[in-house]
Amino acid sequence: MTNLIASLQAHLKTVVVVCFVLLGLIAGSSLLVDTHHAHTWVEQNLPFFWSFFGFCAAAVIIGVARWLGRSGIQASIDFYDDPNSTPCEEE
Amino acid sequence: MASSFIHPSLLLIVGALLLPFIQGPLRKPYLFFVPVLALGAVVLNTSLAGNFAIVSFLDWQLVFGRVDKLSTVFALIMALMTVIGTLYGLHVDRAGEHMAAWLYAAGSLGTIYSGDYISLFFFWEMMAFASVFLIWFRRGKQSLRVGYRYLLIHTIGGIILLAGILLRYQAVGNITFDLMDVAHPELYTWLIMIGFGLNAAMVPLHSWLPDAYSEASFNGAVFMCALTTKTAVYVLARSCAGMDILVVLGVIMALYGVIYAVMENDIRKLLAWSIVSQVGYMVAGIGIGTDLAINGAVAHAVVHILYKSLLFMGTGSVLYMTGKTKFTELGGLYSKMPATFIFTIIGCLSISAAPCFAAYVSKSMIITAGFESHLNWASWLLMFGATGTFMYNGLKLPYFLFFGTNNCNEETWQKAGDPTWNMMIAMTLGATLCVLVGMAPGFLYAMLPHAMAYTPFTAYHLVETLQLLGFAALAFFLLKKYVEPVDRICLDIDWLYRKAGQGFLWLVKGPLQWCDAAWGEAYRVVGLSSLMTVSRFWSWFDWHAIDGVVDGIARSVRALGGKVRVLQSGQIQLTLYYAFSLAAILLVTFIFFRLL
Repeated sequence: MTNLIASLQAHLKTVVVVCFVLLGLIAGSSLLVDTHHAHTWVEQNLPFFWSFFGFCAAAVIIGVARWLGRSGIQASIDFYDDPNSTPCEEE
Repeated sequence: MASSFIHPSLLLIVGALLLPFIQGPLRKPYLFFVPVLALGAVVLNTSLAGNFAIVSFLDWQLVFGRVDKLSTVFALIMALMTVIGTLYGLHVDRAGEHMAAWLYAAGSLGTIYSGDYISLFFFWEMMAFASVFLIWFRRGKQSLRVGYRYLLIHTIGGIILLAGILLRYQAVGNITFDLMDVAHPELYTWLIMIGFGLNAAMVPLHSWLPDAYSEASFNGAVFMCALTTKTAVYVLARSCAGMDILVVLGVIMALYGVIYAVMENDIRKLLAWSIVSQVGYMVAGIGIGTDLAINGAVAHAVVHILYKSLLFMGTGSVLYMTGKTKFTELGGLYSKMPATFIFTIIGCLSISAAPCFAAYVSKSMIITAGFESHLNWASWLLMFGATGTFMYNGLKLPYFLFFGTNNCNEETWQKAGDPTWNMMIAMTLGATLCVLVGMAPGFLYAMLPHAMAYTPFTAYHLVETLQLLGFAALAFFLLKKYVEPVDRICLDIDWLYRKAGQGFLWLVKGPLQWCDAAWGEAYRVVGLSSLMTVSRFWSWFDWHAIDGVVDGIARSVRALGGKVRVLQSGQIQLTLYYAFSLAAILLVTFIFFRLL
C-alpha cells in the first residue's frame, strides 16, 4: 500500500490528468442518466447541476470558514488559560 | 413470556461491579465476555414485543423493558458498540475506566428500554455521571476542568428535563414515556425537548460536545461518540417526532458543525464537530416526522455509530501511539501507520456518503423525505452540509493527517506506528460493518421502525453523489491553502459561560473580596470600638445601677433582718409580749379611726 502511494506521488501529473478525466466522465454521465425521479426542476433541467453545486458549496464553505476564522473565531491557544492555575500532569 | 426479557444494563452493571475482583489472566477474557453477554441479551430480546420488567414503585408502574422495533434497533447498535469499544481498550489496565464505560453503556441501554419517565431519568443521569470519568481518566492538563464543565452542563440539562417531567405529570397524570402532542406544545413539551436536545448537542446547547470528546481518553471517546447523542436521538424520535422546530434546529446543527470542523486544528475535535453536524441530519429527520424521515434518522444513527466510532478509533490510535492530536504536530503518517490509514479512510468514505459506504444508504433517506414533505429549503441546505462533510472529513482529515506537510517532530515520528492487536481487530470489525451496511443495507432496513420500499442504489443517486464528491474534491484541492490548519482554537458559544465563569471568579476574588476585607476593617475600627464603649457602659450600669438596686435591697433586707433578729430572744413570754402589744396597738388604732 505504501509503495503504491509512493508511486502515485512520484507520478503526480499523471494522477492529476486521470482525475480530471474521471471528473469529465462523471459530469458527462449526468447527461445520460434518467432524471425524471429528481425532486426539483433544476436537477431535471440544468446540465451538470450537481457538479456545479458540489464545487460551489465547497468553495463557499471554505470561504465562510476562512472569513469567520479571520474575524476572530480563531483565537490563540492560551485564550482561556488562567496564569494562576496549576494544571495536573498528563500521564 | 415476561420472564424471558433479560435487561442488558443489569448484566453490565453487575459485570462492572465485579470487575475489580477479576485479576490476572482472567481479566481480558472477562472484559470481552461481559459485553458479549449483554449483546446476547439484546439479541434474545429482539424476539419479544411489549412491556416487560414492570416494577411497582409508590403510585407508579415503572417499565424497564419496553421492546419494540425502535428500541430494538437502538439497543442492538449500542450493545454492539459496547463490544467493539471494550475490545478496542482491552489492554487498558485501569478497571475503573472499563467500569465507567460499562455503566455508561448500561445507562444508554436502560434509557432505550425505559417505558416511563422515572426509570428513563435514572438511566439518563447514570450516563452523564459515568461518562465524565472517561474524560477524567485521560488525566490531561485540562481533563479535570473539562470534566467539571461537562458534568455541570449535563446537570443543568437534567434539571430542565426533570422540570418538564414533573410539569407533564401534573398536567397529564401519568409517567408514560411516549410521543407527546407536538402539534400543541405545552411548557413541559419544550422543557423535555430541551433536556433531550442538550444531550443531542443542539445548537446553542452543543459546546460541551467538542470540549469533552476531544479531551476524553483514547478509548473513552469511542464510547462517548456513540452513546450520548444517539441515545438522545432515540428519545427525541420516541417523544418529539414531527416537531417542526427540530427541522430548523437540525439544519442549523448540520451547517454549524461543518463550518467549525473546517476551521479546527485538533483531529478529535474535528470529529466532535462532525457529530454535531451529523446528529443535525437525524434531528432534522425527526422534525420532518414522516415514516421515511424517521427511518432515515434511525438508519443514520446506526451507521453514524459505526463510522464515527471507527474514525475515533483511527484518530485514537494516532493519539495512543504519538500522544498528539493536532494537525500542526502531525502529518505524513500513512507510511508509519498504514493499517490505521486504511481504516480511517473507510470511516471517511462512510461519513461522506460515498457509494457502497455506510452513510450512502441513510443520509439520502432524510434528504428525500425533506423534498417529499415540500421542505425543499431544508433538503437543499442538508445537501450543502453534506458537501462540507465530505470536504472536512473525507478530504481535510485524511489529507492533513496522513499526507500533506509532515509536522511531526523526531519523537512523534519515532513513536508513530499501527497500534496493538486488539485495537486493530476492533477497527477491522468497525470497517467491515461500514462496508457491509453500505453494500447490503437490507438487514438494516428490515430493522427500522416503519415498513418502507426504499433503495439507495439508483443510477441517478449514484451519479448525483459522484458529481457532488468529485467536484467538491476539485474545489478542495484548488483552495486547500485556505483550509491549511493553524495552531489556534475556535471560540464558540462556550465563550459565554467560560467568560461568565471567569468573570464570576474575578468578581469573587476582586471586588467581593475587597468589600469583605473593607467591611472587616470597618467593623474592627468602628463597630468593635463602639461595641466596647457600649459594653463598658452596660458593665458600669450593671455594676452600679442594677447590682446597686439588687444589692441595696439585699443590704436593706439584711439590716432589717439584723434588727428583727434582736427581737428573736427565744423566750416565749417575750414573744407573747411583743405580739399582744402589737395587737393592742393595732386594735386601739382601728377603734380610734372608727370613732373619727
